[in-house]
Parts: sequence; structure tokens; C-alpha cells
Amino acid sequence: MYSEKVMDHFTNPRNVGELEKPSGVGEVGNTTCGDIMRMYIVVKDDVITDVKFKTFGCGAAIATSSMVTELVKGKTVEEALKITNKAVAEALDGLPPAKMHCSNLAADALHKAIEDYQAKQAS
Amino acid sequence: MRKVYLDHSATTPVHSEVVKTINYYLTEAWGNPSSIHSVGRRAKKGLEEAREKVAAVIGAKPEEITFTSGGTESDNMAIIGGAYARQKKGNHLITTQVEHHAVLDSFKNLEKNGFEVTYLPVDEEGLISVDEFRESIKDSTILVSMMHVNNEIGTIQPIEEVGAITKEKGILFHVDAVQSYGKIPVDVNKLNVDMLTASSHKIYGPKGSGCLYIRKGVRIPSFTHGGAQEKKRRPGTENMPGIVGFGKAAEIVGQELESEMKRLTALRDKLTKGIEENISDIRINGHRTKRLPGNVNISFRYIEGESLLLSLDMKGVAASSGSACTSGSLDPSHVLLAIGLSHEIAHGSLRMTLGRDNTEEDIDYVLKVLPEIVTRLRSMSPLYQRKEACQQKECYEHVQ
Ligand SMILES: Cc1ncc(COP(=O)(O)O)c(C=O)c1O
Ligand code: FES
Repeated sequence: MYSEKVMDHFTNPRNVGELEKPSGVGEVGNTTCGDIMRMYIVVKDDVITDVKFKTFGCGAAIATSSMVTELVKGKTVEEALKITNKAVAEALDGLPPAKMHCSNLAADALHKAIEDYQAKQAS
Repeated sequence: MRKVYLDHSATTPVHSEVVKTINYYLTEAWGNPSSIHSVGRRAKKGLEEAREKVAAVIGAKPEEITFTSGGTESDNMAIIGGAYARQKKGNHLITTQVEHHAVLDSFKNLEKNGFEVTYLPVDEEGLISVDEFRESIKDSTILVSMMHVNNEIGTIQPIEEVGAITKEKGILFHVDAVQSYGKIPVDVNKLNVDMLTASSHKIYGPKGSGCLYIRKGVRIPSFTHGGAQEKKRRPGTENMPGIVGFGKAAEIVGQELESEMKRLTALRDKLTKGIEENISDIRINGHRTKRLPGNVNISFRYIEGESLLLSLDMKGVAASSGSACTSGSLDPSHVLLAIGLSHEIAHGSLRMTLGRDNTEEDIDYVLKVLPEIVTRLRSMSPLYQRKEACQQKECYEHVQ
């Protein structure tokens, strides 16, 4: 039921882990089925230079987390904020309809991490 | 790569002898059992032999067996048919919270049509309380339906005690024995059941075939109307491949029952013990001993079942889970919630159900690959990370 890309990202997830001194951390819980995703970013000169994630969830949740970290690395904050759930799902060659909500988790966690970074900048 | 099938409660591979039998009735004895000529008579003989074999496993008379399209139809027939047959005597029905959906949804249908249903709770091991059951009986109680063995956690209900009570009170008693038929001893007279459901594909027979045992003298209305087949209880030209395949499968599991019970109990306990010794933060779901010989159901904290299943599948191991992420409905299994698991623990549940092809080497293999998979998934889990932080006392947030 999953595309080869999803299985690839599930089997060899990119950027799993934590960061020692993150510029921002975002955590979201999935109200649909109870999963949790946590995203760490490092921002230098407005560019996301490093990103890591930890996810408690299904195959799609792990694959979308991994994909989002790939998409966002090297992007400016503004570009990163434009990454949508749909873009993540498309980059994985689609997700089964019942699993579309899992892709929300990944982009939302990223955006939260950016918000956290921006809030820290402002203070 | 080694292939280990550990999902026998979902379905079983069709036994090669069963395939041979089906093939004979597709190619040589393909006639209509209702026909007078020889090819019809040959089919009729196969039909009645299958009925005898299916009946023998549960100590029933052949004429008490009605062939159906499987467990789901038999459950519907027994519960809805039984309720309407007795509706003049009352409208109260009793079942449990941990039944299969074929049973639960039959009761929901009856609730919409004016019946009142009590859903008995279970304890943390999945057992109903016989006292609670007795207290739930009213003057208006007309039917009780209870599963023998739970399909998810393998817990065996005290059917004999319940049957003694329903018999004494004259209440119709149906048992869903889909997960016990041919796997543990089932005797309709000892258990005092009036109706009992069995399904062919759980015992190495073909899918879409099963039966309802209906005790002599018990009358229920038919859902379908037509010819005289199955004593008009289920008219229509018989599903001969399904029926003869079910019959052959019943014969084989009947012969192997005792030795398989012993063998599978030993394998089950080896698998459970191996997991307990090698993996931390787990919970055994279901009763330890009042349990189907081949059922292992364990929750692994901090990880989710679907990713566990995908990882096992990549190692050639087929299993199942009660996780919300695998349910299609995005709710965790109602059985795991009924035994009191939190959503988080239900999430990490893994069901491994063993069968006749499994060997000791299979269990060794699973015990080798499973700990590696759990470790890998936990290393990706934010919940596990928090747990470790807590243990190092640098914890800010606590795991629920
Ligand atoms: C306890 C129980 N009842 C009923 C059924 C339904 O049987 P069938 O698949 O033959 O319709 C199943 C099968 O999963 C089951 O486990
Ligand atoms: S995280 Fe639960 S379905 Fe994907």
C-alpha cells in the first residue's frame, strides 16, 4: 500500500535524532491517532543548516518526518514556512488516503520549530 | 530470507490435503447435490460427509450443522435470528465488550430495532465475571452471545459456567467459536450451547465458508428464502468447494488437536519468555494460562504497531497489531481498550498467532530479529527519549 519512496524513507530515515543546541524545537501530537513528532532545527543567517526528528508513529509518519527534513535542509526560513503537507506527500509519491493525516504531522512540527526559533529571536 | 507466518488468527494457509479434496469436487464430483443422477449423488455424498466431519469436532449431530458463508454470516444468523425468534418473551440481550465486530454490529442493529443490549466488561486479562453475568440477567433476557476465545488477546472465557446458567434459566446461548473450533476442545453438550459459530479459513480450510451449529429443537428464522437446501435455513445451491474443504480441514485439525495444543503452547511460552527476557518496557496482553495455545499479544511501549509490522515484514515475519494506525478507523482496538490499556500502550501492540507450520527455529528467528527492530524504533521515538531523560534525572516533562 505504500510507495517505494515511503518504504525507503521508513527503512532508512534521514536525519533521525536530536540536536545539542537547536535554534528551535517543535513538537506536535496527532489528534487523529495519538502519534507524536518532534523536530529540531539549527538556523544560521536565516538558513536552516541542520534538522533532526524523532517520531512515534506509523510508517507514513516516520517517512514524512524523514522527507520533510530532506526538503527543508538548506532552505531559508521563509521558504521552509511554505512547505506544505501536500508537498511532503507528493515528494513521497503519494500516501494512501487513510494516511494523509500523518503528513500533516511533519510539516506542522517543522513550522512549530520555526515559530519557536522566531519567538526566541524576538525575545 | 526465512519466512515466518505468525498471523494464523487472521487466516491460515490452506492444507494441501484440503486442496486435493476441493479439486476432486471441482473436477470429478462437480454435480448439484440436489440432483438425482450419479454426478449429483457423488456431490451429495461429499456434502453429507463434510457435515459429519464438521459436527464430529464439537460433539454435535450432523443434522445440527448449517453451512454458511463463514463466521460473519453465522454470527448474524444466530444473534439476529435468535433475538427475533424469542422476541415475544422479552427484548433483553447480553454479550461482551470484546466480541468480534460480526457480533457487536449484529447487536447494534438489534438495538436500533427496539432490543436492549448489555455489553459485559472484562477484567485486565480479558475475562468476564460470571457473577456479573448472572446479575445482568433480567426476566426479559432472551439471548446471550459470548465468544469462546478472543481473536486478539487469546483469552478463553468461562463458557461452560455461563452455559450452565443459561440452560437453567432457559435463555438461548450462542457462542462465537471461530478462534477455538479445532484449536482447543469444544463440546456443545459440555458447554451447554444452543448455537455455535465456526469458520473454515481459521483451520486451514478455504475462505468464505463456515457453519452455524443449531441445537436440535432450536428454531430461528431464515434470512434468505428459496430452495430446500440446508433445511431451508440457508437456501441456495451449496458452496461445494467451500464445504468439502471445510470438512476435510475439520477432520485434520480434529485428529491433530491434542498434539498441536501441546506443541503450540510450548512454542507460545518460549516466544513470550524470550521477549520478556530480552526486551524491556513491555506488557503481556491477555490471560497467561486461560489462553489460546498459539496466541502471543504483547505491547511494546514507546513504539507504534504499524511500524513494527512493516519492519517485521521486511525480515519475513508476518504478524498483526491493534494499533490505531493499522485499524483503518484510526481508533485502537476495542479489545485492548476494554482490558484497560491506554491509547499509547495499545499503539505498540503486536499479535503473533502460531500455527501448524511454525517450528522452534521460527521462534528463535523471531527472537533474534524482534529485539533489534524494537531498539531501532525506540531510538526514533520521542517518548523513549523522554523516558531516558527521566531516568537520568534531567527530566522536565514526564511521560504520561
Ligand atoms: C472471533 C471471530 N468471529 C468472527 C470472525 C469472522 O469470521 P469470517 O472471517 O469467517 O467471516 C472472525 C474472523 O476474524 C473472528 O476472529
Ligand atoms: S501516525 Fe497513526 S496513522 Fe500515521
